[in-house]
Amino acid sequence: MILAAAHLKGPHIDWRSLSPLLALAGGGTLTLLVGLFGSRFVRAVLVPLLTIVAFGAFVGLSIWRFHHSASIVAGALRMDDLAFVLDLLLGTAGIATVLLAWRSRAVEEAGHGELHALLLFSVMGMAVLVSAQNTITLFVGFELLSIPLYVLCASELRTEQSLESGLKYLIVGSVGSATLVYGLALIYGATGSTDFGPIGQAISSGSIATDPLLLTGVALVLVGLAFKASVAPFHQWTPDVYEGAPTPITAFMAVATKAAALGIFLRFFDVALIGTQDTWGPALAALATVTIIVGNVGALGQSSLKRMLAYSSVAQAGYMLGGVVVGTQLGVKATVFYLAVYLAMNLAAFAVVVARERETPWRDDIRSVAGLGASRPLLAWPLTIAMLSLAGIPATAGFIGKIYLIDALVDGNYAWLGIVIVVGSMISLAYYLRVIAAMWMREAPEATPPVPAVRPAMAGAETAAETTRYPELAIVALVFGAASVVLGIVPGPLFHLVGHAGKAFGGLF
Amino acid sequence: MTLSILIWLPAAAALLGALAPGRWPGRVALLGALAALGIAIDYVIRFHTGDSGLQFVTDRMWISALGIHYKLGLDGLNVFLVLLTAVIFLAAIAFANLREWPRPGLFYLQLALAESAVLGAFCAQDLILFVAFFDLMLVPFYFLTGVWGGENRLRATMKLFIYTLVGSLLMLAAAVATGVTAEPAGGSLTFALSELQKLPLSNGSQDWIFLCFAAAFLVKMPAFPLHGWMPDAYEAMPIPALAAFSSVLSKVAAYGFLRIVLPLFPHASHHYQELIMLIALGSILYGSAMAFTTTRARLIVGFSSVAQLGFIVLGIFAFRQTGAQGALLQMVNHGLVTAPLFFIIALVAMRHGGSEDLRDMGGTAFRAPVLATVFLVVAFATLAMPGSSNFVGEFLILLGVFQSKIVIAFVAATGVVLASVYMLRAYIRMMHNRPGPRTESREMSWRDGLIIVPLVAAIIAIAVYPQVALRKSDPTVKTIVGNGGQVTATR
Repeated sequence: MILAAAHLKGPHIDWRSLSPLLALAGGGTLTLLVGLFGSRFVRAVLVPLLTIVAFGAFVGLSIWRFHHSASIVAGALRMDDLAFVLDLLLGTAGIATVLLAWRSRAVEEAGHGELHALLLFSVMGMAVLVSAQNTITLFVGFELLSIPLYVLCASELRTEQSLESGLKYLIVGSVGSATLVYGLALIYGATGSTDFGPIGQAISSGSIATDPLLLTGVALVLVGLAFKASVAPFHQWTPDVYEGAPTPITAFMAVATKAAALGIFLRFFDVALIGTQDTWGPALAALATVTIIVGNVGALGQSSLKRMLAYSSVAQAGYMLGGVVVGTQLGVKATVFYLAVYLAMNLAAFAVVVARERETPWRDDIRSVAGLGASRPLLAWPLTIAMLSLAGIPATAGFIGKIYLIDALVDGNYAWLGIVIVVGSMISLAYYLRVIAAMWMREAPEATPPVPAVRPAMAGAETAAETTRYPELAIVALVFGAASVVLGIVPGPLFHLVGHAGKAFGGLF
Repeated sequence: MTLSILIWLPAAAALLGALAPGRWPGRVALLGALAALGIAIDYVIRFHTGDSGLQFVTDRMWISALGIHYKLGLDGLNVFLVLLTAVIFLAAIAFANLREWPRPGLFYLQLALAESAVLGAFCAQDLILFVAFFDLMLVPFYFLTGVWGGENRLRATMKLFIYTLVGSLLMLAAAVATGVTAEPAGGSLTFALSELQKLPLSNGSQDWIFLCFAAAFLVKMPAFPLHGWMPDAYEAMPIPALAAFSSVLSKVAAYGFLRIVLPLFPHASHHYQELIMLIALGSILYGSAMAFTTTRARLIVGFSSVAQLGFIVLGIFAFRQTGAQGALLQMVNHGLVTAPLFFIIALVAMRHGGSEDLRDMGGTAFRAPVLATVFLVVAFATLAMPGSSNFVGEFLILLGVFQSKIVIAFVAATGVVLASVYMLRAYIRMMHNRPGPRTESREMSWRDGLIIVPLVAAIIAIAVYPQVALRKSDPTVKTIVGNGGQVTATR
């Protein structure tokens, strides 16, 4: 029997390509189990550490399989250089989130093991999504990404807003998923395949490029993905969910979910649907325009930093869609480049917001950063750089990112969308500068604040917040703030990296 | 030694100084600015007269994926503007050193960063690099105004930043479009100015690109209908920052027309020649009228700058060699007179209880003959008294405009008269007349004199011998405006 088993030929498994995903799955299971131990040290120190190690392994194994493109799991996943670059971003976002969430209320209330396991599984969903090669894996990745996030949003169990945020996200997200799966079914009906490659061939070879069934399917998929990427007019959940969710989770959603959603946008539209680019291109460009305007105008009146960053993330999603619209290699590269830049500047901003939320009684109100330039320059500088970078000021990475996007748009005959990006940036200055002005040009508000009504009285809530310092938050802010400047001055290495990602799509110009 | 050292030295020195305690940040920044001036003088001496091409070129690939070069160089257009920048910023930093500033490390860092950015904008020979420096030089002024400014500073900074960045961002889009549309089939993307000149754009794309660039430059100057940010920002800025801003930053915009717009978009420049000249004319008349009616001393200089910049733009868009030469000379002249004017206003205001309103001033000259004399020299230079270099500049500009558009020249000539009206009014109301309620006539201190008198000496020197500047810029101006002239001839 044993001998027979040895002779039995199983399917060939490409462990090397699969290893990053396995690291996340194994890490998630392990943290969940370790989190069951009662010891405070194990839960509060070992679990976060294990999570970081798992993310580190994910990144390290991704680097190991760099330049080793392969289709695995019977062609369901394609581990190419685009997936590699996006995996790097996801891993970085994961590590930063663990650091931001360390010692936060969310981990205390939801349980260390549970929260970190959910985080790992969510990133695994994202990693599956960005390398998905057929519609089934697309949907599996999409759901694996979303379901942990619904729970993570509600992980401050004793805060009404957090629970509300989780519920809202669940309902809206489910509508998005339902739309998506319906659209995928229609596309299957029209093309007779679930794999991206055959779908693309069916579209380009046959006369179905104008088939109403296919186009309805494409439209529904677009709507479903637009929900996740918070593209207007499907963005309405974003400010509420971002504001209610625990801030580290908000940061995670803002950067990682965005990277995953844009990744699948690139993969699905630029590979499977590239044959109908004439049809969806203008529609997507119109959506991008609406997104840029709605996001930027919406951010203008916000006094909550989290809501402001939520609207700003909507606007930035609009900028990045520009790279998808043109359907060229240059567009892919510009989008991925901007995603990397976007990750750095948003994590720097969110780290400061998390820090001030814990240090001051103003939660995420803009008053929490007033006078920061004088009192805490190490927090003020990263936030200043992040805001300047988001606005696209030279010598920051955001400037180079915008040049690249505009370059791709002009090159792809969408120059007008480049102008829209510029107009959006002008509007955005008003609210980004407000934050800088608050930090450097206003005095810190009076020491006796009104007690915020939304914060429920909680037994054993920490009261000595003023005395506790959070060096890990300052480190995250400084690292990503520095990255935002360094990538703006020496962008060469990042260009090199996204150059590989662009080449992943051989079929594009 | 490369131009990079000249550009980055001030910022590097101030960064070092920012880490030092007490009064050291200011001193270290001053040393940095002094060293930068020394290097700039060295470049002017070594500059080879009679050569129209670039000298002292640094050319390295910055972003190869986008064809963006880190390319710097000097030629007849920018060599004296670089010197002017070094002089004015040294004076501004020295003037700041005589006063106390809260958080001095940050203050001098921002001032020196501004110097680096302006020097970079003048030296840049790559389109995107120019745009980057052009936008970057605004950021320090945002902080300088917002943190150390006077009343209403928040509103002023908001206006300043949004107005000027709207123009700059349009310019960014236009710059990228220039490179991408000029890219030859099969060729590679490049933004180096020397390469772009060889790749003419179609007339249609030139037109909209020209308008974007013009918007950015006209806002920064500022020119008449786009000057809305100017009064608030001028009122709010601290004096050293204001002196640098008004003397140098407006010149970057005028310089941009000569360096980028005329060579790269010759067709559109001619197409919109009359529009731009009318805007310039409007600036001259509006600026003069406002300078004559306002009672705020700073705004007199501010609106007079609007008028002077109008003259400079007129000279550039006359497309005659005399006009462009006059414009270039006038840029240096105007920079040299504006900075001391603001310093003097600050000193005079100190003698009137801190008020900068003409109605509170008067009688300062009584016990301050040196201050009065210095002010008189500067005022005469500003109103282009014959014998001053400003006279030479305005004369050349008007000569060019006469050859090109005679009607506009006639109207513009009234601006020269108006200048003497508002400058003399300001001088009389500030220095003579009945003393104001809180007037306390005092001579200026020798330290302030040490800053202002050399500037005045420079004004006199260039008045006596303007050929220095003219001769060095001559060959380059000839190539730039010469191209423009040919296009007119063939049309």
